[in-house]
Amino acid sequence: MQTSYSSSRILLPVRPWFIASTLLIALLFNFLPTANWPGVPDWVALALVFWCVREPRRVGMGLAFLFGLAMDVADASLLGQHALAYVLVAYGASSLSRRILWFPLGQQALQVFPLLLLVQLVQLGVRTIVGADFPGLAYFVGPCLAALLWPLLTFVLLLPQHQPVDRDANRPL
Amino acid sequence: MDHQPPPFFKRGPAPVALLSFYVALSAALLVVDVRLQTLEVLRQALSMFTHPVQQFAHLPAQVLDNAGGYFASLTRLQDENAQLKRSRLDNVAILLRTQQLEVENERLRKLLGVKQRQQASGQVAQILYAARDPYSRRIVVDKGQQDKVVAGQPVIDDAGIVGQVTRVYPFVAEVTLITDKEQAVPVQIVRTGLRSVVFGLGNGQLELRFLPANADVQNGDVLVTSGLDGVFLPGFPVARVVHIERDTSYSFARIFCMPLAGVENFSEVMVLDPRPAISLPEQLASEAARREVKPGAKAGPGKKKRLKKD
Repeated sequence: MQTSYSSSRILLPVRPWFIASTLLIALLFNFLPTANWPGVPDWVALALVFWCVREPRRVGMGLAFLFGLAMDVADASLLGQHALAYVLVAYGASSLSRRILWFPLGQQALQVFPLLLLVQLVQLGVRTIVGADFPGLAYFVGPCLAALLWPLLTFVLLLPQHQPVDRDANRPL
Repeated sequence: MDHQPPPFFKRGPAPVALLSFYVALSAALLVVDVRLQTLEVLRQALSMFTHPVQQFAHLPAQVLDNAGGYFASLTRLQDENAQLKRSRLDNVAILLRTQQLEVENERLRKLLGVKQRQQASGQVAQILYAARDPYSRRIVVDKGQQDKVVAGQPVIDDAGIVGQVTRVYPFVAEVTLITDKEQAVPVQIVRTGLRSVVFGLGNGQLELRFLPANADVQNGDVLVTSGLDGVFLPGFPVARVVHIERDTSYSFARIFCMPLAGVENFSEVMVLDPRPAISLPEQLASEAARREVKPGAKAGPGKKKRLKKD
């Protein structure tokens, strides 16, 4: 179902408005009251990593920076805290994208997990320098859950790119 | 000179160059925000985009809330109404007497030549949501620049001090709770009149710091605002002492308090009007004015700033 060494399926090209709308929906998810619960993943980081891995030429550090600023303002955190974390992660994801896509989904999740952890670690580092306390280990449950969600996310976000299955004996592909 | 062939595909600047640009930009924003606090306008501009999305995200919760209120049973509402009426009657005697006492107090203060107390007034605001930031304790209320809220205004509920407005957006304002790690409130112990400052601990508790190990503090002591900071009006309940550790090897006692107001609850709060700046006594003011003129133009603004802070 994905383009890798083992798949035989070819995906349709992604539509830019679909990328934009998934990122906005992720932002909306982050603004839900549930975002205060412990262990809820950072949806924007997850969506950014997904699109940076899948479409490194369309989604990159610029979008990551803008969404980071939006999160900073909405979160009442330091201006630039999320932006810095997202930019670093977008860079990591897009430079690793060729390698990550080569693995089956379970191992992709393993490779994505450190990136998602980096989002929290960068923010923790920034806040610790400024003088905040450690917020507790529940802070790192989010990235674990997000990594577990990776196969499901891949399935859902690639659905619009799947071709209809119609077998035509005369078509070469 | 070495010539490179033109690239086949235009891909913009190299990833590492982009990365260093964005990282430098974020770091600059961070430093300016932490050290100088001059990015409020940028925040307000960005909030014009994020605020509608946030409102939209909180719509389902609000709808559920309203639906719950709609289906609340009639009997419960009647009970509540009767109870409220009763408590109003209970309070009316105290209230009427308090008004009379306040007038009398005002008159006596005038006779004594003491500065008059400021009346507490403000506007009621609804708590919209708690900020997602796990490192700080802040809430967002539905009154902002449109309602002439300014940073620094105290926020109370029916039981005591909740916090202080720290950031104002066009339609909402951010309130730092007294339990936040960076929030301090000057207080006075009601029983003894001892003055101190209470600091938030970040875990829902408060701590009275820098009181000697033999200070006269007991469990259950109520702390009220002392009003010495010129921000909080004096006499509002803040916290109750719940636990005292007296260790003779340290010179200070560790005194833990619980806030009296429903700091972590979601309800309505009141944003009190800002206190007018306390003016210096005439002698000091004239002295300051003289000193301001003497050292020349350069020291002028610095001196003015310090005066304003006072």
